[in-house]
Amino acid sequence: MITLDKLYLLSPEFILLIAAFLVLGIDIFGKRRWQKALPYWTIAGLLLSMVASFWLMGHKETVTDTMAADSFAYYFQLIGEMVVVLVTLALVDYLPGRTHQQGEFYALLLFAAIAIMVAVSATDLIMVYLGMEFLSITSYVLVGFLRNDKRANEAAIKYFLYGAVASAVMLYGMSLLYGLTGTTNLAAIAQKLTAGNLVSGYQWLLFPALLFLTVGFGYKSSLVPFHQWAPDVYDGAPTPVSAFLATASKGVGFALLIRVFVTALPAVKIDWVALLYALSVLTMTVGNFVALRQTSVKRMLAYSSVAQAGYIVIGLVAFNGKVPFTAFNGVSGVLFYLLAYAFTNAGAFIVVGAIEEHTGSTQMDDYNGLVKRSPFLAGVFLILLLSLAGVPATGGFMGKFMVFGAALAEQFYILALIAIINSVVAVGYYFKVIKAMFFVPGEGPAIAVAKPTRYALVITLAMTLLLGIFPSWFLHIATTSGLAMVGL
Amino acid sequence: MITQAIFIIVSLFTLVTALLVVRHPNLFSSALYLVASFFGVASLYVLLEADFLAVVQVMVYIGAISILIIFAIMLSKGMMGKHTSPHNQQDRWVALAGLLLAIILLYFLVALVQWPTTPVGPVPANAIQLLGQDLVGRFVMPFEIASVLLLAALIGAIAIAREREI
Repeated sequence: MITLDKLYLLSPEFILLIAAFLVLGIDIFGKRRWQKALPYWTIAGLLLSMVASFWLMGHKETVTDTMAADSFAYYFQLIGEMVVVLVTLALVDYLPGRTHQQGEFYALLLFAAIAIMVAVSATDLIMVYLGMEFLSITSYVLVGFLRNDKRANEAAIKYFLYGAVASAVMLYGMSLLYGLTGTTNLAAIAQKLTAGNLVSGYQWLLFPALLFLTVGFGYKSSLVPFHQWAPDVYDGAPTPVSAFLATASKGVGFALLIRVFVTALPAVKIDWVALLYALSVLTMTVGNFVALRQTSVKRMLAYSSVAQAGYIVIGLVAFNGKVPFTAFNGVSGVLFYLLAYAFTNAGAFIVVGAIEEHTGSTQMDDYNGLVKRSPFLAGVFLILLLSLAGVPATGGFMGKFMVFGAALAEQFYILALIAIINSVVAVGYYFKVIKAMFFVPGEGPAIAVAKPTRYALVITLAMTLLLGIFPSWFLHIATTSGLAMVGL
Repeated sequence: MITQAIFIIVSLFTLVTALLVVRHPNLFSSALYLVASFFGVASLYVLLEADFLAVVQVMVYIGAISILIIFAIMLSKGMMGKHTSPHNQQDRWVALAGLLLAIILLYFLVALVQWPTTPVGPVPANAIQLLGQDLVGRFVMPFEIASVLLLAALIGAIAIAREREI
């Protein structure tokens, strides 16, 4: 039963819901002056919601049986809210001229943020499914929102078809788990599975269930071989939406992978560690080697974000819930990596979008001599690419350090070695862009960057450096949030 | 014995109509076969003594969703009489993979697992009441979130299907 005094635990969701209605209302009834400020209403709602999420961190309660209010959930909520703030800033100058329906766009973006918050708090299979589906449906619309853009339409249809299949498969997996245990609550499933007195031969059943769940979550976080939609969608979607999909939406896949596997399926840990091990190696290797061959920077970023997902999974493979808890428990590494990655990758997509806005192209050749045409963009992109490559003093390095460190602590030496070799391969294509921007001469008019986009980029740049140079406070938060999950 | 026979007939009916949904060249006929397939599923629910689910299946899937699909087809230009090809280059491989997966799943799920077949007990008389109470009690959050989802889907559908852009 839900009691009213626990509703405050959901205040981040409520604030965003009110903000979404406000945005829609202002769009319909508001004065012209107010309508112009729609993105800023959106951001105000998101900032308030961030304050609420941050303030509620440290709680460890459940709101009915279906939603948790723990640091783990609030941590992912904060990542989602921050990414949507950045995306909204990038949209301020992107949307006008492309669509008249800006109110709907911002409202849907807020709904997508609510979907993220619901999904990461879910502690019940029904809620997990609803959260995923909610996020997917809003994402399909956001990808295909600009109806005159043929490539965006293609991307939306592709995303929808893959998503529909993946969620059907995932639902099948959930039904198997429910059939076995007679409950949809994650903790209760774990209890039933460890108690053992289930129908005979059920061990066989757990593996397909596990596999099917992985299809659903792996689709969201673009793990190979469930990644085929990713390059086309990131490439075809409006660039700010790509930034959202490649960071916040991907984070939800990981959050659920961790939440469901760690809380509900510790009984088959050996199976899912092996499965994720294989997926991690595949994802890193395929992502990196395909990225090497790309000539479009946007597509290269798309494959690079597939490869990054491979590194992030390592953290879950090396998950370790043993006492005493350390920062290298794997899950905390995933959390820190995702935070650093959210800023870095969102920033990278926003840079590519800003350049595309001016030159109409995402080809590597058009980045030649960028430093002369826009020192600001070239400088920001340099730091972000270094962070993606994992160069020290950036957030990306600390993320890799935490995750690879966890792999070494759990004696996954071969996996760590493969990951390090992959990181070196990745340097190849990140530096190709850096070389083009700084060392290859190129001509062209100066590129002006809109003010809000500039703010978004300054935030991503500052956070990427902050996470790399002074990570201790963030590490502490990531560790405690991870422990909220591990220490169950 | 008779239930067994009815079950086989109903499932065959459901499967054949479902196959026709994906194989029929005319989209409108596919939609009608879909209605038939939904009826088959509703009958399966009746066989399982889940009468409430059967009613919901008829009301929601046949009464609402199928009608919606039929309307969508009728309102789309040139969809009514036209024949579309349900084939593509990959359908042979997909059929093979699907068949293989079905065999594997059937073997593992049906043959290897001893599913409990003893009935849990009689369905309580106030089953629907209990279901309703659960929807606003234990599962109130999913229930509410689903309504927010539907709102977002509605806004999204209008935004995408609007008359013209700019």
